[in-house]
Amino acid sequence: MLPYKDLKELADDKWLELNSSDKPWIRIGTAICGKAAGADHVFDKITSVLKTLKLDANVDEVGCLGICFTEPLLDIKLPGGKRVFFQNVSVEIVESIIQDYIVNQNIDHPNILGAIGEKDNKLPDLNDLPGIKYQNKIALSNAGNISPYDLYQYVSQDGYLALNKVLNQMQPEEVIKEISESGLRGRGGAAFPTGFKWSFLIKSSNPTKYILCNCEEGDPGAYNDKGILESDPFKLLEGLTIAGYATGASNGIIFIRHGHDGPIGRMENAIKKAYEFGLLGKNIFESGFNFDVEVSLTGESYVAGEESALMESIEGKRSQPRFRPPFPAQFGVWGKPSNINNVKTLTYVPDIISNGSNWFSNIGVKGDKEKKIAGSTGTAIICLSGNIKFPGLYEVSMGVSLREIINDIGGGTASGKKLKVLQTGGPLGGVLGYDSLDIHLDFDEMKRAGAILGSGGIIVGDEDTCVVDLTRVLVAFCQYESCGKCFPCRLGMEHILEITERMVKCESSSKDLELIKNVGENMEKASLCGHGQLGYGPIRSALKYFESDFNSHIFDKKCPTGSCDEPIISPKNTRPYATREIETGGN
Amino acid sequence: MEVDIDRFREEINSVISSQTRPTITMLSSLLAIQDEFGYIPDLAIDVISEYTNHTRNEVWGVASFYPNFRFTEPGENILEICWGPTCHLAGASKILNYIQNVLGINGEGETDNRKFTLKYNTCLGACSQAPVISINHDFVGHSSPESTLEILSKIDPEL
Repeated sequence: MLPYKDLKELADDKWLELNSSDKPWIRIGTAICGKAAGADHVFDKITSVLKTLKLDANVDEVGCLGICFTEPLLDIKLPGGKRVFFQNVSVEIVESIIQDYIVNQNIDHPNILGAIGEKDNKLPDLNDLPGIKYQNKIALSNAGNISPYDLYQYVSQDGYLALNKVLNQMQPEEVIKEISESGLRGRGGAAFPTGFKWSFLIKSSNPTKYILCNCEEGDPGAYNDKGILESDPFKLLEGLTIAGYATGASNGIIFIRHGHDGPIGRMENAIKKAYEFGLLGKNIFESGFNFDVEVSLTGESYVAGEESALMESIEGKRSQPRFRPPFPAQFGVWGKPSNINNVKTLTYVPDIISNGSNWFSNIGVKGDKEKKIAGSTGTAIICLSGNIKFPGLYEVSMGVSLREIINDIGGGTASGKKLKVLQTGGPLGGVLGYDSLDIHLDFDEMKRAGAILGSGGIIVGDEDTCVVDLTRVLVAFCQYESCGKCFPCRLGMEHILEITERMVKCESSSKDLELIKNVGENMEKASLCGHGQLGYGPIRSALKYFESDFNSHIFDKKCPTGSCDEPIISPKNTRPYATREIETGGN
Repeated sequence: MEVDIDRFREEINSVISSQTRPTITMLSSLLAIQDEFGYIPDLAIDVISEYTNHTRNEVWGVASFYPNFRFTEPGENILEICWGPTCHLAGASKILNYIQNVLGINGEGETDNRKFTLKYNTCLGACSQAPVISINHDFVGHSSPESTLEILSKIDPEL
């Protein structure tokens, strides 16, 4: 394999060549947000127009810059020129953009959003756009800028610098110390200190140990893990490899839900490339460290994102949680010691190693050892969606207020009406009201407010949103996704769904308020995993912040916003009863 | 008939044994079969149980747990409509109700002419473009009842 120095030189040469080429460089965002806006069709059209016009260009698919509302986003750099961005590009206007800008070099196309490069008065600077300006990109620093398929492009942005440093200059314990001192906490929802978690695994002397990377991400309203896999899979892979070295693990498994073809394809390509370059496999950077990585797919199951259910799924079984102890660091996947980390957590690792723990711990909310405050260092990756003017995937410093995210970045509601509700942290998170806008992105502050940061999804509803109906949808999701192992969750979710459906239909009475609390609190106490334990959380916060909506449905027998007139659709699913052998009388 | 079953068994066997990911399990094999055939034929349960050294009941247990597995042939085209909270707020239930009427499907399932299978999806993962539908894995954001019907009509002009 190439030593890091030679690899970096080669990558820098290629990057320079790409940037100083006499051919235009065309980049188009084809992450999931781009695809849903039609980017694949735009990409095909670009290729065919270039062919027809006999134009030669470098064309790259890239990930997401974060400003998903501009998708499909086309980024064209003419030789010697700046990067000029065209927003909401449809198949119909591809030809006019190429004719106008590439052939005739006019800069008056109506779809021009802005430019990155030397400032002038001709085009707005993209970096002044709120969706870009307020971001502080670490995990997503390369997203939208480099091709997720090209290892050289990643290396040119100092990729694999950290792995080289770790393997040649640091002992595993030093890596763990560095991560601990950075204050990095797990981004999967539980916010457990990452360095501390890794220290459980290093203690085990078992020759086979696993680092598992969780990209199940079934949370509706969140696509940031998938966004990383689609935008910069090499960074995750580097972080995973460093975690492997730090914990003495021999194998890494990246766990993704079947059907998410974009993230799966790009991740598997990255793994293949890393093997080709000797960045996975035996004796990485001549250090004697061996590490293998594979992708494991799960079926449709939200609970598969729970760490012990995830291991069951990797083993090919039903994704149902295990009893603990034994904990994964003693008895994990295939009975081997394992450590489970979220995609975002691992993606921060290379930058923490390259820039030092001090750099990372100065971003966000600093902890205080003496006062026993863990702090929330680094950034949060927020998926802003719902009734919001500028929905997107935004990486912002921890400590930023929800108000700044909703108003400054998101531009307020799309309808222009008054904001009413924020649903944060996925379906097990919280339902917050307008007065919660001053809460800051801080694991502990959000938890106190009854709203975990969780997956980073924030769904916005305006004053026309009926919270009873929104709650019903969250409950329907939790009911559908209950794995069925513990009856308080399996039956409790079904019971709560019946109650919320009654509420939505204005067929409920005050007794139901008592009943829902009773069932929910029992579910919290008696379930094995977070699904049942946290499932009542959003209902509790909805009842707390939106009592009047519920009262209107229960006592006045009418929906306060008049939006509950659609027939209710709730897919019902009760998992463990569906085995065919029992139905047909076999054994 | 005998020969056909043998050939089918062979075909299933080759799908299972030619998986490219290194770890082969009950779940990975079921996913491979569903990708290939669009459903899990009864015979595949037998073959997987032999191949992975599990009982048929264990394989059924896994297959029946994950709702993406189905046990009958799907329609020619798969339409998925997201009903996650973001898409719901953006009007997904309007699309669902409208399309169910147009297709004559109550809940999930196939149209009588087997042109379409309608599936609910808990989150397609493109929330910034809500409401999102997917037709044969091709995502379409900012959908409406009318735009969805337009897409379906291109496939089945009789709608």
